[in-house]
Amino acid sequence: MRYRVTHTTRYSYSYSVQMCRNQACLHPRQTPLQDCQSFTLSVEPQPADLRERTDFFGNQMTHFAIQEAHEKLIVSAVSELEIRERPERYEQADRYSWEEVRERLVKDRSLPAGDIFPFIYPSPLLPAHPELVAYGLKSFTPGRPFAQAVSDLMRRIYTEFSYSPGVTTASTPLEQVIKRKKGVCQDFAHFAIACLRSLGLAARYVSGYLETIPPPGEVKLVGADASHAWFAVYAPEIGWLDFDPTNNVKPGDQHVTVAWGRDFSDVSPLKGITIGGGKHMVMVSVDVARIS
Amino acid sequence: MFSEDGEHILGLNMNHFSGVYKEAVDLPAHWRRLFRNIDRLGERRLNRHKKEAQQLLRENGAIHNVFGDPRVSRAWSYDPLPLIIDEQEWALIERGLLQRAELFNLILADIYGEQKLIRQGFLPAELVFAHKKFFYPCVGIEAGRNKHLTLYSADLAKGSDGQFWVVNDFAKPPFASGYALETRIIMTHSLPQIFEDFQVHRLAMYFRALRNNLVRMARHNKQDPRIVLLTPGPEHPAYFEHAYQAAYLGYPLVQGGDLTVRDQCLWLKTVEGLRQVDVVLSRIDDELSDPLELGGDSFCGVPGLLEAVRCGNLVVSNSIGSQVIENPALMAFLPAICKEFFSEELLIPSVATWWCGHKKECRYVLEHIDKLLIRPIHPLPGFNYLVPGGLDDQQQARLKTEIQANPHLFVGQQVVQFASYPALENDSLGARHGLVSTYMTEHEESYALMPGGMTRVRSSSADLMFPSQPGGAIKDTWVLTREIDKQVNLWRLARPDQLIKPLSSALPSRAAENLFWAGRYAERSEQTARLLRTILGKLRDVNEFRDPDDQSCLNQLLQALTQVTQTYPGFVGQHAAAKLADPRSELFSLIRDPQRPGSLRANLNSLGYAAYAVRDLLPEDTWRVIDQVQKHWDPKVSRQQIGSGRMFEQINQLVIQLTSISGQAFENMSRETAWLMLNIGRRVERALNLIALLRETLVPGQRPTVSAQILEAVLSTCNSLLVFRRRYRSFMEVSTILELLLFDENYPRTLAFQLRQLALHIRGIPNDRSWNFPRSDEKQISHCISELNAIDHKELILEVTEEGRYALLDKTLAQQQEQLEVLSNLLTELYFSPTEAPRQLGSVIQELAS
Repeated sequence: MRYRVTHTTRYSYSYSVQMCRNQACLHPRQTPLQDCQSFTLSVEPQPADLRERTDFFGNQMTHFAIQEAHEKLIVSAVSELEIRERPERYEQADRYSWEEVRERLVKDRSLPAGDIFPFIYPSPLLPAHPELVAYGLKSFTPGRPFAQAVSDLMRRIYTEFSYSPGVTTASTPLEQVIKRKKGVCQDFAHFAIACLRSLGLAARYVSGYLETIPPPGEVKLVGADASHAWFAVYAPEIGWLDFDPTNNVKPGDQHVTVAWGRDFSDVSPLKGITIGGGKHMVMVSVDVARIS
Repeated sequence: MFSEDGEHILGLNMNHFSGVYKEAVDLPAHWRRLFRNIDRLGERRLNRHKKEAQQLLRENGAIHNVFGDPRVSRAWSYDPLPLIIDEQEWALIERGLLQRAELFNLILADIYGEQKLIRQGFLPAELVFAHKKFFYPCVGIEAGRNKHLTLYSADLAKGSDGQFWVVNDFAKPPFASGYALETRIIMTHSLPQIFEDFQVHRLAMYFRALRNNLVRMARHNKQDPRIVLLTPGPEHPAYFEHAYQAAYLGYPLVQGGDLTVRDQCLWLKTVEGLRQVDVVLSRIDDELSDPLELGGDSFCGVPGLLEAVRCGNLVVSNSIGSQVIENPALMAFLPAICKEFFSEELLIPSVATWWCGHKKECRYVLEHIDKLLIRPIHPLPGFNYLVPGGLDDQQQARLKTEIQANPHLFVGQQVVQFASYPALENDSLGARHGLVSTYMTEHEESYALMPGGMTRVRSSSADLMFPSQPGGAIKDTWVLTREIDKQVNLWRLARPDQLIKPLSSALPSRAAENLFWAGRYAERSEQTARLLRTILGKLRDVNEFRDPDDQSCLNQLLQALTQVTQTYPGFVGQHAAAKLADPRSELFSLIRDPQRPGSLRANLNSLGYAAYAVRDLLPEDTWRVIDQVQKHWDPKVSRQQIGSGRMFEQINQLVIQLTSISGQAFENMSRETAWLMLNIGRRVERALNLIALLRETLVPGQRPTVSAQILEAVLSTCNSLLVFRRRYRSFMEVSTILELLLFDENYPRTLAFQLRQLALHIRGIPNDRSWNFPRSDEKQISHCISELNAIDHKELILEVTEEGRYALLDKTLAQQQEQLEVLSNLLTELYFSPTEAPRQLGSVIQELAS
């Protein structure tokens, strides 16, 4: 499937900002299943310096700074990409029980260490929490095939948590999500990752987009999409497998992957530091359109 | 008192030295020599010197952070007996520490590079990926650099068997090398006698190596790189050391707000404009270095700092991310890594360490939990260190649960029984366990070790192992040498024909602002004290003579006090009548209440604070006077005695001390930007203060008998009574007083003088801001001067309102006041660049549109 994704973020400030320095993580990754054919990032006002680099996790990060006074900032990313799907990988992962996977993560030196170890331990937004193991173990029963166990965890989050935009923010601590069982995709992905790590598995946060399909008979509105997030787990030999607990699906060719990291803090689509500016307002619009 | 024959030296039982030296005859020759010197000195003199040294250390802030949280102030005492290490022993230490520094350098390079140690199983992945001080954005950014670790510090202790052990490894030690320098300098100043017959290595060589290396690291501008020392600020417990070292090395002391990243380079905001920085000697924790990439809500650091490093335009020492080696668990893996890298044994062992991330070791630690020191692998908020050996069941259980929840975050360490050294504590000789902080800097292709260090001593070994436990004493560390060191200092000798350009480094904007305020608060304190002195004198007159004119004059002065110090409601607002009838409580509060803005005490505190922030720029003695006034001026006078001569005398003393501050600065500071800023502050404040005083005392007309008294009080407050009498004899008139206090350009207490000086100073400020031409600050002060010149002093009192107020005088003074406030704001805008606090742009949550 081919898509054109347009992701625009507009900041407006109550006072003029004298200077800002930002890091954008908006350039979709190149993966075996995803081919990012073009990417353009435009920033307004014109940044004084703009550089792209590859971070530790292989994501494309863009640094830019605006060194003159400005009242608003518009960052717009347009990318075209093609996605394939390989659902059979999930069944392959069921060759192992989840305990075997856990065992190999620790003992098998042939596994790519830098690719796995960052995702096994607590991370900035996901500290260890005593309730996580118990929650996870209900899905990870003894000897259960790996992908089935993860799917069950995903299903339980989908059914037991309520999707409530506005309840949480980008900085809501995990503990509150655990307590209230409410939130948005970011919170669900975080919860799942923390559960999996508490069991000794490697899990990472994936930031991206999802094509939304309007109800039959309705026209899809441009810009009504949003950025999305889900999680992936590591299975030896097969690699990373994605799961979307917000929709209870195994991502196929409708999920666009932008970046991955230990949690949201590694792959925040846009972050920045301003000098001045007073209060700020932010508006985001995302459009995922099929192209041929 | 001194005897070498038996068990006692200076009345000290030799058995105290935990088996190291059983008998006095076993005492190494250098200790015996030291005791001989001490004996010659005599106990009384020794104690006196100790007190002096203690006082010096305290004043300098080494053992007491003047403005830090009082709960973390270092309750250290000073022990004048040095720890002596002989040449052979030091040679072993040097070899061992060189090896260790090289080893940590390779480990650090690997952690932020190929990560082979993890892949090959030499280092458990948790110790990197689960360590708080490992930063993903730092991976690869320092590639290509000579050494990843440019500074290294180890805490060393001698076991009672004579073997040395490393207790802590630091990339950024909590007690950095400035402490060693400070103890040495104080020692040589206060106790030169005990150095007799000793040849002790000097420390300056180390600092020269440090400085050379920082210069060498610069990527650009190698001839004369700009190097700054970055501190979190005066609230930090070790701020003293940052200021001390900055002054010693000659680098500007800066905070995050002084720096900005533009065009991928780092710039220092100075009075003259932006100046590019090539090297940062950083004293802030890695995680605070760059709020953009490393997160954190604190703005000690500089957004974009990492990017400037990544682009090759900046070098930071120690490299950002190097604190990942500050992990006690690494000690368990060092021997194997050392073998792998160097094919040799670790020369100085670490204290025995069991990392709980391995099952067997964890079991051992849990079984011996009461005997081991339990430490986390990185700082854990809320984790309490417990001294082994005395844990009750509940404490043991809690500690066990904590370890079992996250075993990989903990180690157990053997508590080594450290050797004891002679120590002087509480005026008597004793034996204390000692721990030496050693310092190394990258030097040529290897490292240079400071021949000496800072020694902390305590009565319990376990306490010494806690990195930041307060208490105990600090002392100098002597490394003996057979050859006398060449006299080394940080001065480079020029070739005879070399032309040396005097370099006056640009003054950071924040330092300029603090100097300006130090000047203002010094003057404000002085003027407040003078006015209080006049008032207290008048209060005594009233109490003695009960003259109604005295009373009216006193009331007028009290109201002026409220207005000038802006401490409303005071003697003018609600309940003023009661306060005027008995002013003692209000006066007491205006003298002593630190919480009350405008009070004398609050002004002194503000002076101390502003001066502390720029103490590296003030002459040593100026800082000492300020510090003494700020801390020791504490009149022990009760509220009832406020009208007594004692209070008057105390204020009088204070005025003299405060006057000496301005004299000190005048005589000892070079006429560079720093001095200009200090003086501009003082002149602005003196002008504003004078205007406020005249508006409250001279503008409201009075009946002649009272008026004479008030005029006299004003002159006395302005320290001008004698001058006035000499010039005008005894014709006490408003117009002559105005002529003297407003218009005489050659008399330092007048408004005209302040304005003229301001004009001179402002013209002297270097400034390359082309957009500010012609300079708005110069224009403003010229404007003030011409306005004042346009006035005829005789006219000022011609216009009298119905209430008897001098309307034109009031208007004129008000205008001058307004113009000066405009000037003060202009200066702030132009030179202090009051940057707003940086803010984190809120991240947008990732959510699916519903």
